[in-house]
Amino acid sequence: MELRAGIPTGPIETKWSRHRFEMKLVNPANKRKYSVIVVGTGLAGASAAASMAELGYNVTTFCYQDSPRRAHSIAAQGGINAAKNYQNDGDSVWRLFYDTVKGGDFRAREANVHRLAELSVAIIDQCVAQGVPFAREYGGVLANRSFGGALVSRTFYARGQTGQQLLLGAYQALSRQIGLGKVRMFSRHEMLELIVIDGRARGIVARDMVTGEMQAHVADAVVLATGGYGNVFYLATYAKGCNTTAIWRAYRKGAAFGNPCYTQIHPTCIPVTGDHQSKLTLMSESLRNDGRIWVPQAKGDRRSADQIPEAERDYYLERMYPTYGNLAPRDIASRAAKKVCDEGRGVGETGLGVYLDFADAIRRLGKPAVEEKYGNLFEMYERITAEDPYKVPMRIYPASHYTMGGLWVDYNLMSTLPGLHVIGEANFSDHGANRLGASALMQGLADGYFIIPYTIGHYLAGNPLPRIDTDHPEARRAVDEACQRVRRLLEIRGKRTTTSFHRELGSIMWEGCGMGRNEAGLKKALARIPALREEFWKNVTVAGEGGELNQSIEHAGRVADFIELAELMCLDALERRESCGGHFREEFQTPDGEALRDDANFCHVAAWEHQGEGRPPKRHVEPLTFENVPLATRSYK
Amino acid sequence: MDLTLNVWRQPNSASAGGFVTYEAKGISPDMSFLEMLDVVNEGLILRGEAPIAFDHDCREGICGTCGMVINGAPHGPRARTTACQLHMRSFRDGDTITIEPWRASAFPVIRDLVVDRRALDRIIQAGGYISVNTGSAPDGNAIPVPKENAERAMDAAACIGCGACVAACPNASAMLFTAAKISHLGLLPQGQAERSERALRMIAAMDAAGFGACTNHAECEAACPKGIRIETIARMNRDYMRAALRRRPPAASAGGTG
Repeated sequence: MELRAGIPTGPIETKWSRHRFEMKLVNPANKRKYSVIVVGTGLAGASAAASMAELGYNVTTFCYQDSPRRAHSIAAQGGINAAKNYQNDGDSVWRLFYDTVKGGDFRAREANVHRLAELSVAIIDQCVAQGVPFAREYGGVLANRSFGGALVSRTFYARGQTGQQLLLGAYQALSRQIGLGKVRMFSRHEMLELIVIDGRARGIVARDMVTGEMQAHVADAVVLATGGYGNVFYLATYAKGCNTTAIWRAYRKGAAFGNPCYTQIHPTCIPVTGDHQSKLTLMSESLRNDGRIWVPQAKGDRRSADQIPEAERDYYLERMYPTYGNLAPRDIASRAAKKVCDEGRGVGETGLGVYLDFADAIRRLGKPAVEEKYGNLFEMYERITAEDPYKVPMRIYPASHYTMGGLWVDYNLMSTLPGLHVIGEANFSDHGANRLGASALMQGLADGYFIIPYTIGHYLAGNPLPRIDTDHPEARRAVDEACQRVRRLLEIRGKRTTTSFHRELGSIMWEGCGMGRNEAGLKKALARIPALREEFWKNVTVAGEGGELNQSIEHAGRVADFIELAELMCLDALERRESCGGHFREEFQTPDGEALRDDANFCHVAAWEHQGEGRPPKRHVEPLTFENVPLATRSYK
Repeated sequence: MDLTLNVWRQPNSASAGGFVTYEAKGISPDMSFLEMLDVVNEGLILRGEAPIAFDHDCREGICGTCGMVINGAPHGPRARTTACQLHMRSFRDGDTITIEPWRASAFPVIRDLVVDRRALDRIIQAGGYISVNTGSAPDGNAIPVPKENAERAMDAAACIGCGACVAACPNASAMLFTAAKISHLGLLPQGQAERSERALRMIAAMDAAGFGACTNHAECEAACPKGIRIETIARMNRDYMRAALRRRPPAASAGGTG
C-alpha cells in the first residue's frame, strides 16, 4: 500500500484554486449518467448529497435514523468558525489556518488545513442564504463569540443549537433534492458491508432495519459520511446509535485507517452519576467564555461551593494558562481537570468533577444576559442534574466527544480504496491530534458543500467504469457475508447482553486508552480486548429474529466492530511513542506536565492496513512537513 | 423505586397490539426515563424475550428521535422536556406508568413504541427550504436581519420534528410542525421569494399525508418540548390565505431560443 496524499505543488495560498483548475470536469449533460452513494446524513453527508444532486449527479443516500434530520451533528452546540474578521479583531484565513495547525499539535496536513480555512468564509454565506438563523447584533449583522485555542472572536452561532440549525439547513437542501427526484433517500437503513469490484468501491450492502432485508446498492462511487467512533468508550457524548461499522467494514475491505488513537476527550460534560448511565451530555465549550473553572485548594474539601471562600479556590486554568485562561484548548483543559481530580481535589459525590461557575458572569452581565446566551444549556443541565446553575456552579468532567482519527484520505478526500471517499468526522484529515472547538461543523460542511462536489467529478471523469448491477457476484458475496454475520450473532444465544460487553469494552478503553496512556496500560488493554472479543462471540445473547425491526441485533453488530477497532486504537497508541494533542503518553511529558512531541520520529500520519483475519495490521507512514507554520512547542500559557 | 409499567407491545404494523405489564424494580431517581426502559429491556433480553422497541438516539433532547406517550401525555409529565430528558425523579415509588406510541393515522406503528414519521419529511420536501444552490450565496452580512426577527425565526426553527404536536392533537394535525418551518423561513429576508409558494405546497403535502386540521385546542403548544408557539399557526394561516387569494396564472416562460 502506498500513501499518496496528492497535495498540489506551489504556494499554500494557491494550492486549492490551482487544483480546482487542474481537476477534470464532467460535462453538465453527462453528470446525470453517474450515480453516487452517500452513507450518513449529518453535516457532511447531507451537504454533499444535496450539492452533488444540484450539480446533476444521481445520488442515493442512507441513514440509520428514521429521518435524515436526526444525525448527531444536530447536537453540536457552540458554533462554527469562519475567518470573516467581521469583528475587526485581526482574524484572517492565515490566522485560522495557523490556530488550527497549532491547535492540532502539528499533526495535520498544512495544505488541508489551509483549504479548510479558505472555505470557512463561504460556508457562513451559504448557511445564511439557506435561512440558518444565526445570532445577530441589533444592527442586523452577524454576531460572534470566542472559542478555545483562539484569541479572536470568529465563532458564528445560533444560541446553543448551532449544529441543529446548520444540519437543518443541509437537511432542507437535501429535502429539496429528494422532492425534485435527484436524491433517493433510504432512512432506517444501516450499511453493513462495502462492495468492492475490480479494486474499486462500487456499492454497499444495507440492512433495512424495519424488515431485516439485506440489500445491495451499487453506484459509480461511494462517499462515507458516517461520523466518529467515540462510542467505543461506551459512555460518550455521541448519540447512542453512532458507530464505527461503516468505516470499519471499509477498513477490512482495504481502506487504510489513519491515526485511530487520536480521540478527543471534551473537558465540559456532565459527570457520571451511576452504573445505569447510558450516555454523557456535553455542556458547550462556549460556556467557558463566561464560566470560570475551579476546584477547592485543599484536598478532600467537602464543603458546598458557596461555603468555600474566594481565597480557598483554585481557578487552575487561569493560574496555569494566564493567556488563554478558561479558553485553553480541549485536550489541555481535560488533562488539567483529570490532574486536579487525581490529586483528590475533585468535587461532587464521586470526586470526579470540577466547578464551572457563572456567579461572576451573572454579577457582571446580569441574569437576563446570561440567559440569552446560554439559556437552553442551563435548562438542559437542570433537567439532568436537578440543580439550578444560576444558583450553584455546574459540575463538569471530561468525556469522549470526537475522534480526530478515521479513514485515511488524500487531498481529494479519497481513501486508499479507489472510489471510496470519506468526509466529515469519518475521515482523519484536518484536525491533527486535537480538534479546536467550533471546527467540526466547519470541516463537515467544507467537505460536503465545497470539496467533494469537485473531487468526485475528477474521479468519475478520470476513471471510466463498466456498468454493473446488484447481481454482480461480488455484490452477492457481500450480501451473503452480511447475512451470515447477522445469523451468527443470532445463533450464539449466550448469557451476557450486548450492553454488558459494550460497558466492559468502554471501561477497558477509558482506563487504558483514555486521557492518559502508558505502555503498561496499553499492553494490558491489548491483552484484555482479544479475550473480550472471544467471549463476545461465544457468550452474547441477542433477542428476536433477523427479519424484523430488532434493535438488539443492530447493537450487537456495532459492538462486535467496536471491539475490533479498540484493538487497533491501542496498537496505534502504543506505537506512537510521543505525546501530541489528545494522545497523551504519560512517559513523554515536559517537567510541568505538558505533552512532549517527538518530531524527529513521529512527525507523520500513521495509516493502518488490514492484513486479513488473525494477522497483525501493517503500519504505514505519511510524513508531515511544516513549511508555513514552523514546528514549535504549543504554548497557551 | 419500584414501578409497574403498562407498555404497548405490537410486533409489526400488520398485527394487532396490546398492553403488557412489566415490573421495573430498583429504579434510581437519577435515571432518565429511557435508562429505566434500558433496565427493563436488559432483563427481557436475558430472559430470551424481545425487548421493548423504542426510538431514541442523542438522549439529550435535540435529535427528536424519541417520543412516546407517558400516562397520556406526549413525552410525559414535565413541560418542555423530551422523554430522554425526563428523569425518574418526576415519578414516585409504586407508581403505575402507561407507555404508548404516538397515535395518528399518518404515523403508522412499526413496532411497539416505534412509529413511521416520514410524513413529516415529506412536508419539508414539498417546500420547507430556501432554494439556493451551493455556491450562489452573497456575503453573510449583505442583508441585515433585524435581531428581533432573527430571534423569532430561531424560536420557530427550534422545532426538533419529534411529532409530539401531532400525538397531542385530537385531530392529529401537523399544523404546529408545518407552521414552525413556514414561520422560521418567512421571518427572514432570504425566505421571502418563495413565501407564498412554500405555504401552498407544504400545506398541500400536510393534507396529502393524512394529518387533520387545526381547531385551536392548543394541545400541541402544551406538548411541544421546544416551546413552539401556536402564534406560528396564525402566521402560517395568514401566508396561506394571502397566497391562495393572490394565486396568479404562471408567468410566461423566461426561456429563449438561444
